[in-house]
Amino acid sequence: MATELASPVRPASPPPAPPRLEQGFFVRAAIISVLLLFVVIGLPQLLSIYYIDAMTQVAVYAVVALGLGVLVGRVGLVSLGQAAILAIGAWVAARLLFATSLPFEFVILISGIITMVLGTLVSLPAMRMRGLFLALITLMLAGAITVVLASLNFPNGGNGFSGYNGASLHAPQIRRPGIATTDPAYFRYAVIVGVLMFLLVLAHVRTRPGRAWAAIRQSEPAAQAAGINTTLYKLWAFALASFVTGVAGAVLAGAVRYLYSIDFQTQDSIKLLAVVLMGGAYSVWGAIVAALLLQLLPAILNNAGVSPDWLVILFGIGVLQVLTTAPTGIVDQLPRDLGRLYRLVTSRGRRATADERSTS
Amino acid sequence: MIEVSDLTVRFGGVTSLDAMSVTFEKGTCGLIGPNGAGKTTFFNVLSGFVRPAAGSVSADGENLLKMAHFRRARWGVRRTFQTEQAIEGLSVYENVAMIHEHSKLAGASRRDDVLAAIALVGLDADPDTKVRTLGAGARRLVEVARAIVGKPRVVLLDEPAAGLPDRETEHLGQVIREIPEHTGALVILVDHDMSLVSSCCGVTAVLDFGKLIASGPTAEVLRNEQVVRAYLGTEEVQA
Repeated sequence: MATELASPVRPASPPPAPPRLEQGFFVRAAIISVLLLFVVIGLPQLLSIYYIDAMTQVAVYAVVALGLGVLVGRVGLVSLGQAAILAIGAWVAARLLFATSLPFEFVILISGIITMVLGTLVSLPAMRMRGLFLALITLMLAGAITVVLASLNFPNGGNGFSGYNGASLHAPQIRRPGIATTDPAYFRYAVIVGVLMFLLVLAHVRTRPGRAWAAIRQSEPAAQAAGINTTLYKLWAFALASFVTGVAGAVLAGAVRYLYSIDFQTQDSIKLLAVVLMGGAYSVWGAIVAALLLQLLPAILNNAGVSPDWLVILFGIGVLQVLTTAPTGIVDQLPRDLGRLYRLVTSRGRRATADERSTS
Repeated sequence: MIEVSDLTVRFGGVTSLDAMSVTFEKGTCGLIGPNGAGKTTFFNVLSGFVRPAAGSVSADGENLLKMAHFRRARWGVRRTFQTEQAIEGLSVYENVAMIHEHSKLAGASRRDDVLAAIALVGLDADPDTKVRTLGAGARRLVEVARAIVGKPRVVLLDEPAAGLPDRETEHLGQVIREIPEHTGALVILVDHDMSLVSSCCGVTAVLDFGKLIASGPTAEVLRNEQVVRAYLGTEEVQA
């Protein structure tokens, strides 16, 4: 252990190593670019409108899962209110899209910012709590927001603050950006917005706030002893998560075109946490896996005539499995287990041939 | 320099520090005492995790107790923890750089300062190695590197040698002795390893049940009858 201790203490003048890029950085960037090009250009050609719509939802919820992943995986704050935050983003976007003729991109940005402010405000009382208490307080908050939404309803082109006129039979659709009015085009639009949000989060995770969050997650005293203003950085995490979730809400408003409060349930936040844990809260890829589980899987089951209610059971088992055997989630476990399987198969194969040789 | 006067800390009915008054001048100073004597509580007061019931602490003439905990670290109060707290998910470099980027030091000198601190503690691991892959001894050194990077003013080492084999403790002692000279910081060392304390510390203070029972040159303090009694219990053991 620790062979480096054998060397005597050296003077404090090491040759500063030149900053080096991560190994295989370019290879990874190339693979991701090709994959992204396929998703944006190829995928809408291959899929039916049914699955394109499902994939648009995946793009939206990947961003929501990403935001929750920042809170749970990076900072260690369990929030059970993310579906309510998403609803706030969708509400603000719908209201703005009906009330103004602002470009869609502006509406997305403003929704993100307003949701960020509200999301950060509601997280204030939670600043002194962690674990179960934080989860409970955010869950209750989500419940409260759901109740308000149910009585206020989503805007459907009416007047006043709520923009709800009651005549939902002839309610106009929520508008989409001019460049993305069709479903395939809107899917591409949602993916591009999603990629921007992923880049925004990565820019945080890989730099100063990411390091501060890693310290806070492991030990708040250690973080404070390192000069980190833990309250500020926790608020920052809530702000970032709320911003990307608000943006996702705006994209969701344009995707479904009619918003109903019944579609935003308190328990959705719990389901969201379950899939984020299953996908892998410590990796940004886990957010994509989580969104596929949450949105694509029910679409496939529906298409096959299986009730999506089975998913609740499946997610329950999935969370148990993840918590007991793979805290880092599917995104980490699957490649590892496949690698193990491969080694197992190849070593068996080798042993078999060796046995054959020895017996012949 | 740290001047502590009449420092009292109470947790409910327990008085962890009882009107402690002591001055740590410069260099490496020891702080010893039996388990539960209040050594870690004293460190926690200095780092701002515990609010004292009474008393004052001045560091280089500034009232330390007035500063928020994270500001104390920025000012220059650095520490290691009894249970080592190197951040597992980060690399060695990031662990040390984290302190630097939350201090008032210029970002331009960060890379050099961080690598210098890693070199000073004699950690030969690649700076890009994740801390979770390192052994206990190396993690301790990462923690010490964090405590000395940049411009530390007061370095608090809370049982840095706990659980380390002799060879690693010896190396750690060498590192600790170099800190004041290289950084100009005052080092306060808490440890139960008396050979480490005697080899590093010119002066030592002794706590027992929250009370300062002795302070002065280390060799004298360790011979002090009251100190021996505090550690060994009764004279029968001595005989």
